[in-house]
Amino acid sequence: MTLSKPSWEYAPAPESLKVDIAPEYGLFIDGAFRVPRSGRMFATINPATEEPLAQVAEADAADVNDAVVAARKALKGWRKLPALERAKYLYRIARRIQERARELAVLETMDNGKPIRETRDEDVPLAAAHFFHHAGWCDKLRYALPTATGADPRPIGVCGQVIPWNFPLLMAAWKIAPALACGNTVVLKPAETTPLTALRLAEILQEVDLPRGVVNIVTGAGATGRELVHHADVDKVAFTGSTDVGRAIATAVAGTSKRLTLELGGKSPNIIFADAPIDQAVEGIVSAIWVNQGQVCCAGSRLLVEESIVDEVIEKLRHRMRSLRVGNPLDKNTDVGAINSRAQLERIEGYIRTAASEGATHNSVSDAALPSRGFWCHPCFFTGVQPAHTIAREEIFGPVLAVMTFRTPDEAVARANNTMYGLSAGIWTSRGSKAYEIARQIKAGVVWCNTFNQFDAAAPFGGYRESGFGREGGRAGLAAYLA
Amino acid sequence: MTDRAEITKTWKLFIGGAYPRSESGRVLPVHDVNGHAGGRAIAYAAHASRKDLRDAVEAARASQERWAASSGLLRGQILYRLAEMLDGRRAELVEAVRMGGRLGRGKARLEVELSLDRIVSFAGWCDKLESVMGGRNPVAGPFHCFSQIEPVGVVAVFAPDEHPLLGFLSLILPPLACGCSVVAIPSASEPVPALIVSEAAPSSDIPAGVLNVLTGSHEELVPVAAAHRDIDAVVAAVPAELATTLQVGVAENMKRVRLIDPQAAFMDEDGWNDPRAFTGVTEVKTVWHPIGI
Repeated sequence: MTLSKPSWEYAPAPESLKVDIAPEYGLFIDGAFRVPRSGRMFATINPATEEPLAQVAEADAADVNDAVVAARKALKGWRKLPALERAKYLYRIARRIQERARELAVLETMDNGKPIRETRDEDVPLAAAHFFHHAGWCDKLRYALPTATGADPRPIGVCGQVIPWNFPLLMAAWKIAPALACGNTVVLKPAETTPLTALRLAEILQEVDLPRGVVNIVTGAGATGRELVHHADVDKVAFTGSTDVGRAIATAVAGTSKRLTLELGGKSPNIIFADAPIDQAVEGIVSAIWVNQGQVCCAGSRLLVEESIVDEVIEKLRHRMRSLRVGNPLDKNTDVGAINSRAQLERIEGYIRTAASEGATHNSVSDAALPSRGFWCHPCFFTGVQPAHTIAREEIFGPVLAVMTFRTPDEAVARANNTMYGLSAGIWTSRGSKAYEIARQIKAGVVWCNTFNQFDAAAPFGGYRESGFGREGGRAGLAAYLA
Repeated sequence: MTDRAEITKTWKLFIGGAYPRSESGRVLPVHDVNGHAGGRAIAYAAHASRKDLRDAVEAARASQERWAASSGLLRGQILYRLAEMLDGRRAELVEAVRMGGRLGRGKARLEVELSLDRIVSFAGWCDKLESVMGGRNPVAGPFHCFSQIEPVGVVAVFAPDEHPLLGFLSLILPPLACGCSVVAIPSASEPVPALIVSEAAPSSDIPAGVLNVLTGSHEELVPVAAAHRDIDAVVAAVPAELATTLQVGVAENMKRVRLIDPQAAFMDEDGWNDPRAFTGVTEVKTVWHPIGI
């Protein structure tokens, strides 16, 4: 009798909810959906299948102007609303996001490509929490940022907000919730590859009877964003995205009275000391660089390991990488989903080729089969990386980790800070005093000690140096939306 | 005494704790307009070049980490010491403020008193800013999460002609108090009050390089500061066209730019003794650590 080799493969566990997606979506302006004046539509696709999901309106200058006019018109009434009344709308939005959480999670996964486990457990609950948290600030602004006269701090006015495709609904919440809590009105432009959850949020805003014009959502690509940023009647610009676009926006608003906050790129260090809890640290590496396929501005994309433990860490990391399940994002067992777009996949593949050509060693499990359609990239890490290598310096925005070593804490700090960016950092050590001392020395806006990629509406998030300026979340985040 | 020739002074730059002339060799005349039609050049001040600015940024960078790492209590004592040292030079300060002809004796005296008080007030902020602006974040997960307030790094300051002492101090005190190093360019037409401060700095134990003072043309130095990649932030009370130059410089290295109306009410004590004064020269750093594992 021969025993067949036991198979430990997971059975597929796809999320079963079917989400209604309209064939076409208009612009959300002044409380209603309408066709764009531009007359142009574009497709948004599912990056895991390359199937089109819907046609979406492309806003031109006239459409953006309509949205800004609507936001301006709504401003007076919105800021004059008693603060607690304003709060109730934000609470309602939070509740509706919670009630429609499963639908939003599925839609986000379909439009973005990230695993349902992440949208279900992270993106959507955090988006709801962001509205819930900021709702409570509405009538407490005078205590958050006291003024010399004791009066309530004033809103800035009409906010033009441009958000990226990596956390589409969550970024919409990060932008809209504090703006509304502080009494501003909003024109939001979601990313062109991931507009659907923002448009679903617009439906929620209709459901909760948010006064019309308080939030307007204009879809489109970079040209639409430029129209919004340049619009003369926008009082504040908030942007999350690449440092290059951030530079262009900073130049565009120079010489105007527009207020500006920028949340830009990163090349964040993740430092593992020899006295770290190694198994936890390896899990931390996974969540630092392979969550959301590494398409995270604060991804821990530079792993700095103390030289004495590098072999052990790499062996455990290789072992752990083998157990990551890459594939259908709607499968509840999937760890790594699809890359958001063909352009992004090509960019990542370009960096992988560059890394190899510069002499670094590629480590992956690339023998596992990937779906034949869609945009896929196996998680990987590079060893033999020098600080001057391209993958040690430039933001890749993909599941590609650069591994380097250090010998002393001073060298770890020097290497960690050897970047133009300063968004986040990870520190792994069992010694508390060491963790806090290294945290003090790192030039980054968020430092995770013995954890990584934690977010909370109450915790300010944002960068040092060329990772931008301004904070989102917590009391510090309110300052970005008050005059 | 009328026969005695005055010893006219040449005021020098203050860079890295030393008082060099401008490497360019240039000087600016310092006028006393009181009682002199059209003003009289009573002294000369060094006219800083772009190279002097770059040298000052280097000195500021070299000193900044240590200044930031010193305790708020220590920085507070040093700034309070600055008030102590300058209090003895009040009469000289009043004359220096009067020299520009903007303020009469009474107003000049008030400006000096408010200036000394502002130093005392900001000395007190050094170890309190974090209590007020930072703190523990009540996150939903099992984490100890707190936000600490850190200095942005090297800050360039362009001070206004209006209130040549009070305006200058109102702009340099917030970055100094929170642990930044400062390269300050005072009013080109009325630099003497700021230069008196620079002379009191070493005897107040402000470490070399933490405060640098360059007299020179704002038109010449604003573009240099805007383009400089090792300046982390600029605080400037300058006219609109220079303000735009600084804003364009944001794209260079994402330096923080805080613009202040040169006509701002610097004499309003409540308005300036406000944590908002630290906008643009501080960073919020959020630190997380798990609880329970």
